[in-house]
Amino acid sequence: MSAVTLPLSVVNNPRPDRWIRFEQGRTVRLSVGKVEIGQGVLTALAQIAAEELDVGLDRIRMVSGDTGAAPDEGSTSSSLSIEVSGASVRLIAAEVRNRVLTRLAQRLNCAPEDIAVVDGAFFRGEVPTGHDYWNFAGEVDLAREADGTAPRKPVEQYRVVGTPIARLDLPAKLTGAAFIHDMVRPDMLHARLLRQPSRGARLAAFDEAAVRRAAGGELRILRRGNFVALASPNETTAQRAAVAAPLHATWDNVRRLEPVQQEAAWLLGQPSDDRRHGDPPADVAGEVFEARYSRGYVAHAAIGPSCALAEYRDGHLTIWTHSQAVYPLRNSLANVLGRTPETITVRHVQGPGCYGHNGADDVALDAALIALEMPDRCIRVQWRREEEFAFEPVGTAQVVHIRAVLDAKGRLRDWTAEIWAATHVQRPAMGGNMLAHEALPQPAPEPRVTEPAEAAGGGGTRNAVPLYDVGTRRILHHLVLRAPVRTSALRGLGAPANVFAIECAMDELAERVGEDPVAYRLSILSNPRARRVIERAAAMAGWQRRGQAGSGQGLGIGFAQYKNRSAYAAVVAEVEVEREVRLNRVWCAADAGLVINPDGARNQLEGGILQSASFTLKEQVRFDEQGISSTDWSLYPILRFSEVPEITCELIEANDQPSLGMGECTIGPTAAAIGNAVAHALGTRIRDLPLTRERIAAALLT
Amino acid sequence: MSVAFEVNGRTVSVQANETTPLLDVLRNELGLKGARYGCGLEQCGSCMVLLDGEPVFACSREVSTVTGRCITTVEALADHPLVQAFLDEQAGQCGYCLSGIVISAKALLDRNPMPERADIIAALEPHLCRCGTHHRIIRAIRRAAGSIREGAPA
Repeated sequence: MSAVTLPLSVVNNPRPDRWIRFEQGRTVRLSVGKVEIGQGVLTALAQIAAEELDVGLDRIRMVSGDTGAAPDEGSTSSSLSIEVSGASVRLIAAEVRNRVLTRLAQRLNCAPEDIAVVDGAFFRGEVPTGHDYWNFAGEVDLAREADGTAPRKPVEQYRVVGTPIARLDLPAKLTGAAFIHDMVRPDMLHARLLRQPSRGARLAAFDEAAVRRAAGGELRILRRGNFVALASPNETTAQRAAVAAPLHATWDNVRRLEPVQQEAAWLLGQPSDDRRHGDPPADVAGEVFEARYSRGYVAHAAIGPSCALAEYRDGHLTIWTHSQAVYPLRNSLANVLGRTPETITVRHVQGPGCYGHNGADDVALDAALIALEMPDRCIRVQWRREEEFAFEPVGTAQVVHIRAVLDAKGRLRDWTAEIWAATHVQRPAMGGNMLAHEALPQPAPEPRVTEPAEAAGGGGTRNAVPLYDVGTRRILHHLVLRAPVRTSALRGLGAPANVFAIECAMDELAERVGEDPVAYRLSILSNPRARRVIERAAAMAGWQRRGQAGSGQGLGIGFAQYKNRSAYAAVVAEVEVEREVRLNRVWCAADAGLVINPDGARNQLEGGILQSASFTLKEQVRFDEQGISSTDWSLYPILRFSEVPEITCELIEANDQPSLGMGECTIGPTAAAIGNAVAHALGTRIRDLPLTRERIAAALLT
Repeated sequence: MSVAFEVNGRTVSVQANETTPLLDVLRNELGLKGARYGCGLEQCGSCMVLLDGEPVFACSREVSTVTGRCITTVEALADHPLVQAFLDEQAGQCGYCLSGIVISAKALLDRNPMPERADIIAALEPHLCRCGTHHRIIRAIRRAAGSIREGAPA
């Protein structure tokens, strides 16, 4: 038997019965560790299982993100749900089907290939055998570990995978209760927090009586060290208490920030963990190109605030959460609370799109701490809007300095990307980086600053190596050890900043040698799939009409293969620039290999384009002395309906290729396309994001 | 105090402090979860409901101000062509903003059955969407307008 490389989720959860069960009413329970965070992944995973088992899609019942009932698949992040969980579901479903059919074939004295499966019922030729998954799966051992050797259905026979099935979760979201915020449990108490303004701050005085007066109803106040919770059977009362509480609290030892720290350039020269990846420094002769690009801190800014429910009954703690990572959250809670993981169950319930590590985990700890003090009640905690903006971890600012050495023909001989950024991933794993932990009598030590391994796509270094033929190449990474605010995973990690830098540099290099930006890219790009998306996006946009720079009208392109291993995307943006940028049209061509659900995939491309347009044109977290000061939607504006461009996306057909994660593939290319289009429109380049009105004005003055 | 008003065609009477936000009453007293808390600041539109047919922010509206008036929440629109059009266009990702948007769209189509793109954008200006489904939402509203013109009951 040849060795098969199993997807990570199967390595960690090799028993098929942990994934698939045949249940009453001719349904199939498919349990997965990945969770729905608005990307339609549960629909796509159901499609894969229905396809491989040959049962109707309506028979699949999804269970996801439940430490009591679903496999541990770590975190739902990094565009890995289809690549890893999808591959795992396919493998497990093929294994189940194969075991059942092999046993049935023995029983019927025929070959497994002689048995057809029609909506879960087994036929021999046209003749029903009387057997189906539900009455026959019990004959085989689905607890025996999968080894990945079962034959999988050939792609040519797919009829569910590759079709635009409607999302399973959307109807409820359009018409009523659908989110964790909407859960109602018996004996529910609504809780809010008085937040410790910063790590190390001490609550010197707190006028509880004044807060009770402001609350105007039944209120329980819980204090543990510098953790203060306000709970009431009435949500309005709890909210009023929370609004009033900061006015009646005096804190000592509060950290002070300076506005200069909100700028990416502040990172330069800060203490850092310095690493080199790639070729050693080389003394390559030739003309040198250097430019420095940056983006500021960016918020997840979920449209709904973080929320969690917790119940402590009979020594067991149950948590409902919209965290992306239920098992890691359980471990973290166990660690912080001094309990064993077995005494905690963590269940995922859908929440607003988070796009990374926001307050979802933190609010779960808030709820857990309160529940342990108020047993036999359900504690529901919902953050306030200003709390969400001020206390969620944000995506780090990043500076990227490109240095390229060119030969006499303007082609690249040597490439260096030097990067300064705080950590891009500080998810709570074993208790680290959970907000309320810092306020407890035994506060957490400062989390050790780490980044994802290069093998996992890196953090600040993600996509820092261009796919172009650049000669010798290296990344010099300065992982800044002390950021002014908590930073953690935001859609794409370092990729948006790096792709923005690389792709702007490509335009600057093309200009230097007097070539068209698309032609220049193609002249140094051998990867055929990469070439194809660039050529296609340029054709869709009518690139040949691109006029002279400086006219106020701009057309720009950006390209990347996410993580240099997931989906390929090329984006062209058309802008008009006067006092500010008007993004008129966007075209995108993407290659994601075998696409499970084309409409869902297109929705991801489009959503990524619009979110990136918002990041690129508008978004930067602001600081004042007290901390993050951009604490509402007027201070942290995002893209509005009146600013939305027309979008055209095309998926390049590549069904013979493995599925490639594509949830983040348009983020970097869109930022670069807009940056390049604005430079084309202005005839001068802005290298720092966001491309605000102030930066446009400054560029026009130079 | 006791506040009486009509919700989705049903007369209700609730005991509440007069300054309690309408949103809290809808969600916690009446079990209508379709209007959602997003900011409490009239900045995002997640809480939008119809008050006598006009879209209003429920997060900041004091419940005493709706005495004797008619509230419509998205729960009453389950069979409205707008919901089907949003499903047909798969106009959503996380979906948190959608119920408020459907409410504003309903008010728009009631007063303007043939909206241009600019009319739709103007009607949606109070709303934010974080996932970037704006253009699908605009398409869905145009589709709903079309199906209402073709006779779907609105």
